[in-house]
Amino acid sequence: MIKRLATSICSALLISMPAAAETVTIATVNNGDMVTMKSLSKAFTDANPDIELEWVTLEENILRQRVTTDIATGSGQYDVVTIGTYEVPIWAKQGWLEPLNNLGADYDVDDILPSIRGGLSYEDKLYAVPFYAESSMVIYRTDLIEKAGLEMPKEPSWDFIRKAAKAMTNKDEGVYGICLRGKAGWGENVALLTVMANSFGARWFDEQWEPQFDTPEWKKTLEVYTDLMQSYGPPGASSNGFNENLALFQTGKCGMWIDATVAGSFVTNSKESSVADKVGFALAPDAGMEKRANWLWAWNLAIPSSTDSKPAAEKFVSWATSKDYLALVAKEKGLANVPPGTRASLYENKEYLEAAPFAQITLESIKLADPNNPTVKPVPYVGVQFVAIPEFQGLGTAVGQQFSAAVAGNVSPEQALKTAQRLAQRTMRKAGYPKD
Amino acid sequence: MATTSSRFLGRAMVSPAVVLLFIWMIVPLAMTIYYSFLNYNLLMPGMQEFIGWLNYEYFLTDPAFLESFYNTLLLVCGVLAITIIGGTAIAVLLDQAIVGRNIVRILVLAPFFVMPTVSALVWKNMFMNPVNGLFAHLFTFFGFEAYDFLSQAPLASIILIVSWQWLPFAALILLTAIQSLDQEQLEAAELDGAGPMARFFLIVVPHLSRAITAVILIETIFLLSVFAEILVTTNGGPGYASTNITYLIYSQSLLDFDVGAGSAGGIIAVILANIVAIFLMRMIGKNLEK
Amino acid sequence: MRQAQLLRQKVLYSLLAWTVGIAIFFPILWTILTSFKTELEAVANDPSFLFFDWTLENYKTILNESRYFSHFWNSIVISLGSSVVGLLIAIPAAWAMAFVPNKHTKDVLMWMLSTKMLPPVGVLIPIYLLFRDFDLLDTKLGLVIVMTLINLPIMIWMLYTYFREIPSEVLEAARMDGASIGSEIVHVLLPIALPGIASTLLLNIILAWNEAFWTLILTAAKAAPLTAFIASYSSPEGLFYAKLSAASTLAIAPILIIGWFSQKQLVRGLTFGAVK
Repeated sequence: MIKRLATSICSALLISMPAAAETVTIATVNNGDMVTMKSLSKAFTDANPDIELEWVTLEENILRQRVTTDIATGSGQYDVVTIGTYEVPIWAKQGWLEPLNNLGADYDVDDILPSIRGGLSYEDKLYAVPFYAESSMVIYRTDLIEKAGLEMPKEPSWDFIRKAAKAMTNKDEGVYGICLRGKAGWGENVALLTVMANSFGARWFDEQWEPQFDTPEWKKTLEVYTDLMQSYGPPGASSNGFNENLALFQTGKCGMWIDATVAGSFVTNSKESSVADKVGFALAPDAGMEKRANWLWAWNLAIPSSTDSKPAAEKFVSWATSKDYLALVAKEKGLANVPPGTRASLYENKEYLEAAPFAQITLESIKLADPNNPTVKPVPYVGVQFVAIPEFQGLGTAVGQQFSAAVAGNVSPEQALKTAQRLAQRTMRKAGYPKD
Repeated sequence: MATTSSRFLGRAMVSPAVVLLFIWMIVPLAMTIYYSFLNYNLLMPGMQEFIGWLNYEYFLTDPAFLESFYNTLLLVCGVLAITIIGGTAIAVLLDQAIVGRNIVRILVLAPFFVMPTVSALVWKNMFMNPVNGLFAHLFTFFGFEAYDFLSQAPLASIILIVSWQWLPFAALILLTAIQSLDQEQLEAAELDGAGPMARFFLIVVPHLSRAITAVILIETIFLLSVFAEILVTTNGGPGYASTNITYLIYSQSLLDFDVGAGSAGGIIAVILANIVAIFLMRMIGKNLEK
Repeated sequence: MRQAQLLRQKVLYSLLAWTVGIAIFFPILWTILTSFKTELEAVANDPSFLFFDWTLENYKTILNESRYFSHFWNSIVISLGSSVVGLLIAIPAAWAMAFVPNKHTKDVLMWMLSTKMLPPVGVLIPIYLLFRDFDLLDTKLGLVIVMTLINLPIMIWMLYTYFREIPSEVLEAARMDGASIGSEIVHVLLPIALPGIASTLLLNIILAWNEAFWTLILTAAKAAPLTAFIASYSSPEGLFYAKLSAASTLAIAPILIIGWFSQKQLVRGLTFGAVK
């Protein structure tokens, strides 16, 4: 009896031995497209039975802290990480990421939009591949703008935005002319205000890394912004980020919303949005200078060098950003809901252009943003809505707090800029800029 | 009873706890002190150099430092005041002969079991949100304009949330204390013609003083490091309006990844916490040793 | 006459107490109700209290999307494990402090409590590096160690205040009968102090269950408890009130139920020496 039991246990072990698969731990953001990736990942494990996936899905800020701490200390808890365009070049330079040179024969790297791919390369090697990419655009309610007797041009100016916001606001019915990010954070209000400042001719630093918040361009930017939000924005604007504004827009509380192009598929999805059939899109505004308020961001998959299962991890990274994956999402979730902004071939697909009314604007907006040449005046840094130096996360968030206080009306725009200037000077002095 | 052997035994039994806590405290503390003198940013490895007191200088001259110090005090004192006054009121109420006392007690106790992150998320989104929150609906229903709690009164809102979590704790300890009150003493006072107010302030309150000290001590320990509630609701803003010391250190060490500055902040917080601790211990020592 | 007045008083107090109780409980109730709504109903302009289309959709989505039960199990192991280990260390220490005090006892106790006042973020990086070097990252063992140490001072203090109320004559009588110290603790002290020990255990389970700083920083996938589960619903894209409510309900329900069932035990020992 015991013998039989022992043999059966042994054989069970033997059978299960080969199935003791390699585990790949993936850290990702809890955004809709990533949740879809997680739910469709069975297709990957079915095709690769020797690989098992462990998911760590977290809110963006928490994820960023955990992943950064893990990578910077070389702890190796994750095999695949989801990181932004800001981190990739900095981390690649530190040698924290594995170069991706084994993505497979039919991966077609050249299909990835050049402006996106450029931001993910360091010394001509690709260190991350984009999962989805975005710029910024104006999202507006076609019914409300018609009611206001206006017509949204394809390339609106900030003056027009103000006029339209005024005309669409109807506080008695809970409709606010414009929703913009106000929540403090380098990836929240600072992203918007930086591209807005770019369009007004401002910049973060001059060529000698001297902070520029004391310039008239920044003053103009922040005044226009606070005036828009205080006169025609929703209450509580200072704590609204992308997600909060999305919820507001989906429930019909915003006339216009200037934010990420990925929002296009969320606001037109009738399952989630009560205004799905009344949404229009336009390019991000300008102020008559050569730059529009377009940012450039991508969520990318990368492999930390501390991983011990690079081949399996790379297989997954390749799968999740491949053309086949886009086809899989199209089949399961509908063509309009595929992760946008990464592959040129997607925008050559007639069916996609038809199914996704925001596709054309998305592509144009992404092409308008130039990380190497983001501002009207020259700058010593790379990055459109961020400055690609390690100090930026902390400084950006601290400056964002000041902007957020300004929009809440706790301090004047001037005071906020004065504090921002002082903060920036401190940070840069401590970090030893200008570096040669 | 304190023979030599029992004294030895006493030491032997305390020592595991002491040794463990000592290691838990001293190793990270020593490392933190060491880092606080380095120019050590996690994002720029290989650049650690000794920079003397510079980290301390930057932390103490940070425009956010004084404000966050003040906010920390306000937060601790505000929550203590609300929970002790409210807790006493609830305790007195629950001490009466009321219908379904056990169920009411269960209801009152509930917030204590809720994770700080969950309670912060729920309050922020479903109650204080100025557009979709329940308070906003109530305000508009009664014809007022929706009030934006988290940007107009950020610190007060956080005090409210934290107080909600700690009210049950205070109420329970105070209730147990009230129930141990000598009823005959109260009745005697009533016969002597003392009104309800006089009875409350002359007999009940002094009796509660030990319980109140215990509440102050335990709550202060947790309130000094309130963090999740701020992170979830306001991120310390707008401006620095709801940044406390713990949150300030967090933003240095986990947003800037400036380990040196974060460590210096940590050491300063340790010093401040110890000042509070000494102060508290004095008070507790007096009140509990009776 | 007097009877009528008493009755009126009882009705009045009852009404007041129930109002207060429901008001305090309301946020939790509202969360539970919202978890059964659809996302659009959850943000509706005139929120409905009971008359909406009750749906289990949110729970289904969540149980499909995340591994709730794995997080749940981790929470149980971590909170229970750390509380039990903590008790094993704290009971002897508290016994010694209460019954064989010396002139340092009070200082040691105060020092222990003061270690609780250190802000955890201040020592985050050192702890993280130590965990990496000892291979404790993302392990339940690592979290049990941290939770035990974090809550140890509170446990010792709580037990100490409870033990001190026990007249030492009881223990001395046992010793006269020739009981050893070990059996004195096990056979005499523990039965008397059981309410205090039970409530210490419960309080620490609650504190460890709800701890959201170290549990988030030191885990990834395998050992992540329910606090990490909540962090993945904290502000996703789109409408999320209903899903957030369902996730919150799932995260707090176990501890809420344990708490309610054991509230008598919890309350009996939760005195911190405040009851003479």
